[in-house]
Amino acid sequence: MPKIALPTPLRPYAGGRDAVDAAGATVGEVLAELTAQHPTLQRHLFDEAGRLRSFVNVYKGDEDVRFLQGPATPLQEHDTLFIVPSIAGGAPTTEETAPALSHDEIRRYSRHLIIPEVGLSGQRKLKGAKVLCVGAGGLGSPLSLYLAAAGVGTLGIVDFDVVDDSNLQRQILHGTRDVGRKKLVSAEERLRDINPHVRVVPHETRLSSANALEILRDYDVIADGTDNFPTRYLVNDACVLLGKPNVYASIYRFEGQASVFFAEKGPCYRCLYREPPPPGLVPSCAEGGVLGILPGLLGVIQATETVKLILGIGEPLIGRLLLVDALGLQFRELKLRKDPDCVLCGPHATQRTLIDYDQFCGIGPADPGSTTDMTVEELKAKLDRGDAFVLLDVREPHEVEIAAIPGAVHIPLRQLPEHLDRLDPAEDLVVHCKMGPRSARAVKLLREAGFTRARNLTGGIDAWAERIDPSVPRY
Amino acid sequence: MIALDEARAAVIREHGRRTYPEECCGALLGRFVDGIATVEAARAIANVREDGRRRRFLVDPRDYLEVEREADRQGLTVLGFYHSHPDHPAAPSDFDRRHAWPNLHYVIVAVEAGVPREMTSWLLSEDRSIMREESILLARRTA
Repeated sequence: MPKIALPTPLRPYAGGRDAVDAAGATVGEVLAELTAQHPTLQRHLFDEAGRLRSFVNVYKGDEDVRFLQGPATPLQEHDTLFIVPSIAGGAPTTEETAPALSHDEIRRYSRHLIIPEVGLSGQRKLKGAKVLCVGAGGLGSPLSLYLAAAGVGTLGIVDFDVVDDSNLQRQILHGTRDVGRKKLVSAEERLRDINPHVRVVPHETRLSSANALEILRDYDVIADGTDNFPTRYLVNDACVLLGKPNVYASIYRFEGQASVFFAEKGPCYRCLYREPPPPGLVPSCAEGGVLGILPGLLGVIQATETVKLILGIGEPLIGRLLLVDALGLQFRELKLRKDPDCVLCGPHATQRTLIDYDQFCGIGPADPGSTTDMTVEELKAKLDRGDAFVLLDVREPHEVEIAAIPGAVHIPLRQLPEHLDRLDPAEDLVVHCKMGPRSARAVKLLREAGFTRARNLTGGIDAWAERIDPSVPRY
Repeated sequence: MIALDEARAAVIREHGRRTYPEECCGALLGRFVDGIATVEAARAIANVREDGRRRRFLVDPRDYLEVEREADRQGLTVLGFYHSHPDHPAAPSDFDRRHAWPNLHYVIVAVEAGVPREMTSWLLSEDRSIMREESILLARRTA
């Protein structure tokens, strides 16, 4: 007759015995015979529908009968069945600890509550969730507006900037009356108006290696809405070190990218881009421009991914890079793989702390005594003295149309290598662009070509308009 | 009631500290002394959950069988299991209750920001509806 070996917790129901003989030709028959002999075992082995409970394993020899023929698995006279408990448990999940909703909130979120995938438990998860938006700018605007409206309970915002006229074309968190105010102040006001149930936590600081871990630690999901490489790598690295998902997007002119970097389940940003591009190669939105609507598109994708992560529904953008082309209105997708050699999230990771991201991205601190840099004040003095030199403007023609410093020679950066013959290496050369990065690349190129007297105007025409000549429009 | 001396309690706390922020788990082997479940060994077991180890633990059935065999060899019995709750109180979750077995003692240690704190012990009610807290005899000497 087949024998059934009982685990310690079930022995009291079989008179303290560790094994019981039970007749039958299959696993199902033998278990039925066991519970016929010892009826109190029924409740612990089978659920109300008569199915074996999920945490009860039955082994025939070394094999789980689920992977044999289940209850129909045949048994021989001398076979022994082992009942093996699956010992499991754990701390309460967000579902169990999520806060309750008030009547006001139930009315407010009714269109969520009636979606089965969200429902009351999902809305409570949103209320219990803490999301950090890095930046209250182009991406941070739609992102925080929708997350607040959706009922994310705690919304942290990192920003230290002041609202500027040039922000209003896309940063819909802020209005014309907010120009000159801190972005954090106007953001908080707007978000509270949209949803007073949301706790807005302002972090008025520049995210740095010194404070990032401390700030990010309190949040469940981080959404990066910044547009510079040092912060992007900083946010990525801090998220990997803390084990948090990083909902990423970036935008330029008519194109955008989005992904969810979550090292526990997929690649991180460094798996995609091991190292940043050389400074100035990839222009920022301030240098290259951006269609005002584009951060709306991408920020809303970030908000969608954030909400999905909190609710635990759908297919997150983990391991996928979404490419958005607004001009062709096309969405393409690239598969991303975890880099096995990733210094941060790979199996042989070597980086365990945050580093100096300005240095990593090749951005040194401004050097006032630099022989290759020049301030707009120095340029003004040079012009006033009537020094002999050439002022070279490397911006695009459509930018020159908007604003220009009189007397400048204009050669766009990308055409510079073919037009070096228009310049004289013996002359002093001051190079400018809009804000400095493109002219810095031009100076590097010129110096390598023998124009050792080339210098870069730091801050570009923007600094010139701001500090020297207010009649030049800032764009 | 479960008797757990300071040395074994320290083993459990240290295990919870080591695996933080993930959950640790292990078996409690011992015997009944004057009718009191008395722990003589706390055996660490690998948490084989492939995901969510910060909130969940799972013992591989083969590890469970090995623990029973070890208990048999040493003339001990499997009294129960312990696990940690990283950054959560030492109270059983609904998930703990639904997966609990009768007649086993469930010891939970709260680990707050990497530091082991409160330790509690629980038993499943016979009708499976709740986990009842029991006292831990910490000072009792166990051979």
